[in-house]
Amino acid sequence: MTDRHLIVLNVNGSEHEALVEPRRTLLDVLRHDLGLTGTHTGCEHGVCGACTVLVDGEPVRACLMFAVQAEAAEIRTVESLGRDGELSDLQQAFSDHHGLQCGFCTPGFLMLAEGFLAQRPDAGREEIREAISANLCRCTGYQTIVDAVSATAASRCRAREAGTCPVPEKEATP
Amino acid sequence: MTPRFDGRKGRWVGASVPRREDPRLLRGRGRFVDDIQLPGMLHAAFVRSTVAHGAITGIDLTATLAVDGVVAAYTAADLELGDIVALLDRPLEEFVPTAMPILAKEKVRFAGEPVALVVARDPYSAEDGVEAAVVSCEPLGAIVSEETAFAHGAPLVHEEAPGNVLVDVSMFDTSGVDAAFEAARAGGGCVVEVVTRSGRQNALPLETRGVVASWDDHDDQLLVRMCTQVPHQVRTAMARSLRVPERTVRVTVPDMGGGFGQKCVVGREEIAVAAVARLLHRPVKWIEDRREALTAGFLAREQRYRTRAAFDSGGRITALEADVVCDMGAYSCYPFTAGIEPLMASAEMPSVYQVPEYRVRGRAITTNKAPTAPYRGVSRPQYVLAIERVMERAARELGLDPVEIRRRNVITRFPYTGVNAITYDPGTYRESLDLAEATLRDEGWYEIRDGAAARGRHIGIGYCCFSERTGYGSGAFAQRKMTVVPGFDISEIRMDTTGSVVVTSGTMNHGQSHETTLAQIVADRLGLHLDQVKLRQGDTERIAYGWGTFASRSVTIGGSAVSRAADRLGEQLCAIAAHLLGTGQDNVRLDGDGGVVQVDDPARRASFEEIADVAYLRSHLLPKGVEPALSATASFDVPGDGTFSNATHAVVVEADPGTGQIRILRYACVEDCGVVIHPQVVDGQCRGGIAQGIAGALFEEITYAGNGDPSAASFIDYLVPTATEIPDITVAHLETPCAFTENGAKGAGEGGTIGAPAAVLNAINDALRHTGVELDTTPVHPQTVLTALDAASVPRREEASTPS
Ligand code: FES
Ligand code: FES
Repeated sequence: MTDRHLIVLNVNGSEHEALVEPRRTLLDVLRHDLGLTGTHTGCEHGVCGACTVLVDGEPVRACLMFAVQAEAAEIRTVESLGRDGELSDLQQAFSDHHGLQCGFCTPGFLMLAEGFLAQRPDAGREEIREAISANLCRCTGYQTIVDAVSATAASRCRAREAGTCPVPEKEATP
Repeated sequence: MTPRFDGRKGRWVGASVPRREDPRLLRGRGRFVDDIQLPGMLHAAFVRSTVAHGAITGIDLTATLAVDGVVAAYTAADLELGDIVALLDRPLEEFVPTAMPILAKEKVRFAGEPVALVVARDPYSAEDGVEAAVVSCEPLGAIVSEETAFAHGAPLVHEEAPGNVLVDVSMFDTSGVDAAFEAARAGGGCVVEVVTRSGRQNALPLETRGVVASWDDHDDQLLVRMCTQVPHQVRTAMARSLRVPERTVRVTVPDMGGGFGQKCVVGREEIAVAAVARLLHRPVKWIEDRREALTAGFLAREQRYRTRAAFDSGGRITALEADVVCDMGAYSCYPFTAGIEPLMASAEMPSVYQVPEYRVRGRAITTNKAPTAPYRGVSRPQYVLAIERVMERAARELGLDPVEIRRRNVITRFPYTGVNAITYDPGTYRESLDLAEATLRDEGWYEIRDGAAARGRHIGIGYCCFSERTGYGSGAFAQRKMTVVPGFDISEIRMDTTGSVVVTSGTMNHGQSHETTLAQIVADRLGLHLDQVKLRQGDTERIAYGWGTFASRSVTIGGSAVSRAADRLGEQLCAIAAHLLGTGQDNVRLDGDGGVVQVDDPARRASFEEIADVAYLRSHLLPKGVEPALSATASFDVPGDGTFSNATHAVVVEADPGTGQIRILRYACVEDCGVVIHPQVVDGQCRGGIAQGIAGALFEEITYAGNGDPSAASFIDYLVPTATEIPDITVAHLETPCAFTENGAKGAGEGGTIGAPAAVLNAINDALRHTGVELDTTPVHPQTVLTALDAASVPRREEASTPS
C-alpha cells in the first residue's frame, strides 16, 4: 500500500494538507496527522461513537470514513467548540450536570449533541435520549448526559425567543 | 493537640463544586496515551493465537519482516523476559502457582493470547505484518467450562494444576451447620437450595489499554507512559520481568478513559512493548484495539454458586452453606492472583445478614479463555446475587414478604462481628431497606404491579441489600495471604511561596474526580481555597510508592493519607507562625481561611503567604531547628477489617412474555458511603455502577464455543447498553460517618455494580411470579425468558390470544 494521495481537508474552518494512503481513516488523519487528538478512538468499527465529528453539519463516525472521502467537506471537531478558551453552552452544561467522568466519550457526545440540536432544536428529553443512544459511555449511566443536552436545548430555546442564542439555527433541512 | 481545621464537612467537603478535570476534557485537551506522539516513534501490534489450547510447533515471521514498513518482529525466545507470577502464601492443596509468560512459549492457552510482537513505522503496517505471520499449533483439547475442566482425564491448561484447579479453599465450617439444617427441616422452617450463575463480562473501559515506551538516554531509564490504575505495581512487575533495578523504570499515567479494575493488574503486552523500546532505543506505542480488548483483555464475573440455607419458622436464617466456582480463564493475574474472586466470595458471602452458622468452599478453575482480573465489585455482585436469591426463595417457601424476610435478618447492631470473623462498622442496612421500600410504596408501584397482573401484564418489584467492604487496608489483604499485600497509601503535600500547595497521592484517577475530591479534603483541612490545591498522581518517580485505585480505596485510604499530610503541614505552619507572632505554639491555630491566628488575640494573624515567604525566601527568620521546607509526608492504612458502605437497590421491571424483553420502569438506590465529599460525584459513581450492573443483568456476556472461540469480538456481538436501555436512577443518601477514615468517608466506587444484578433479577422473578418461572442466572436475555416460559408451558401472549 504505497499509493498515497495529497488531500486538502477543511477542518474547523482551516485548510490542512495531508499525504495519505487511501485506506487511512479520517479519524487517524485528524488525530495523528493534524494533531487534533480531542476526537477519540474507541472501537474503530462504528459502534461506540467516540470518534464522532460533524461533516457538513451531520454527526459522522470518523472511523468509518476514509480521509480521502472527506475532501471538499466541512469538518468540525470538538476543538471548534467554545471560543477564546471559554466553554460553549453545551460544554458548560456537561460540566454543570456531571455529564462526564473519565471524559473519554465526551468529545463524541458533544459533537453528536451539537449536530442533533442543530437539526432538532426543540427536542424533548426522550428524543434526546434516543439520539444520544448512538454513542456509548461506560462511566455515567447516561442520565446526566441527557440532563446536559436537555438543559442546553431548553436554554437555547429561551435564548432564541429572546434573540440571544449563541448557536445559529440551521436552515430547515428539506 | 492537632491544629487542624475540622475537615469532615466544611466549606468544600460536602459541596458539589465544579470538577477541575472538566474544562480540559470538554475542550478535547485531555491527554490520553494514544494522544502521545514522539519523534521516531514505532508502532507495535501482536500476533495472537487463533487456537484456544495448543502446542506451538512453529512461528514463521519471514513474510512479516518482508512487509513494507515493518522494522522488527519478536517471539518469546527473542525477548527472553521473565514471566509474570502472582502468588498466594498458601499450601499446595489450596493454591497452585502458575506463570504467565510475556509472549506464549511452548503452548497457547486461549484464543487471543499474544505469540509474537511486530514493530513497524505506522500502525497500519504493523497490522499488515501481523497478518503475514504464520503460527503453527497442534491443538490440545480446549477447556471451556466447569464441566470440561473437571471431566475425567481432561486436558490440563497448566500441567502443574491437576484437575484444572488453581485455588481450592474451604473456610469457616462452624460446628452447628449440619444441626441447623436438620432443625430447619424438622421444625417448620425451610431449607432452600439455589444455583446461581453469572456470565463472563468485560469491564470495558471505553479507552482500551495502551502504552508508549521509550528509552531515555539522558536519564538512563525506560519511560513508560501507560494506561494503568496501578503505576507502581507495573513498575515492580516490569523491572522484575526485564531483570533491571526498579529505578531504571519510570511509569507515568496520563488521563485515563476508565478502568473499572481491568487496568489494576499488570498486562503482558505493555511489558513486551517496553522491552522492545529498550532493545531498539526507539519509542514504541501500542494501543489495544477493541477486538483485542474483547477477546484478550482481562475479563471477569463468570461464577457459579450452589448455595443452601436453613431458615427457622420465623424466617430467620440459621445456616448457610456454599460451593463457589470461579472460572478465572487461562492465567492468574498479578498482583491479585486467581484467588481474588473465590476468596472474596468465601469471606464475605453472609453479606448484610446475621448468619449464625457458615461453611463455604471456594475454587478458582483455569480454562482456555482470556484471563480474568478484578472488575468493579469483584465477586460481590455474584455472592450478593446468590444470597439475595436465597432470601427470595425462602420468602416464597415461608410465605413471607421479600422485604420482611430481609428485615428479620439484616444486621442492626454495630459493630457486628460475623460468623466470617469480619467486623462490620456501623451502617444503615435496615434504614436503607425501609426507605427504599417506602419510596416504591409511596409512588404507588405496588398498586401498579398488582393492577397490571390483573390485566395480564407482568410487572415486578425487586430489592437487593448489600454492604461492600471498602478501604481494604493491608491487614484485610494480608488475610488473603497474598505475597504482595496492598493496603496503605502515602501522600506528600508541599506549599510554594504563594501559599498554594501541590499534593501527591498514590491513587490513580480514571474518572472518579480525584483532582477535585482530594483537593476538597485538603482545602478544608488547611483552610485553603480549592484553587490553591493541585493534585499530582500517576508518576512513579515523583510519587511515593502507592497502591493505585481499586476496591473503592481512593477517598478512604488515599483521602486519609492526604488529610494526614495536610495536618502535618498545618503543624509546621503553626510552628513557624507562633514564632513570627511571638507567641507559644499552643496559642495558635489554623483559621480556616489561609492563615494562622493567635488564639488569645485573633487580630494577630500570619497568612500562609507570609509564613511561606519566610520559610523559603527569608529562612534566616525561621526559628532555630526548623527546616526551610514547607512539606509533609504521611501514610495511612485502614485499621481492622476495613469499612463497609451499604445500600438497598429497588427496581420495578416489566417482562414482555411475547418477546422476552425486560424493561426497567423505576430504579431507586438508597446508599450510605459515610461522609459524602462531593454529592454529584457520588451520584455519578452510583449511576455509572448501576448501569454496569444492569449490563451484567440483562445484556453483556462473552460465551465460548466448544473449541474455545469467543462469541464476541466486536460491539456487534457484545451488547453494551446505551441511553435507551439505562433508565433514570434516583439516588438517596444516608450518612453514617466512618470512624476508621480521617474524613469520615467510606468507598463509593463499586456499590452500584454490586446491587444491580440481584435487584433486577429479583424484579424479573417477581414479574413472572404467576408463571412458575424462576430465573437464577444472569444475564437474562430475551431468549432466556422465552425459553423458561416455554419450559414452564406458559403460553406466550400472541399464542394465548390466537384462537387455535
Ligand atoms: S471509534 Fe468510531 S465508532 Fe467507535
Ligand atoms: S465518561 Fe467515561 S466513557 Fe463516558
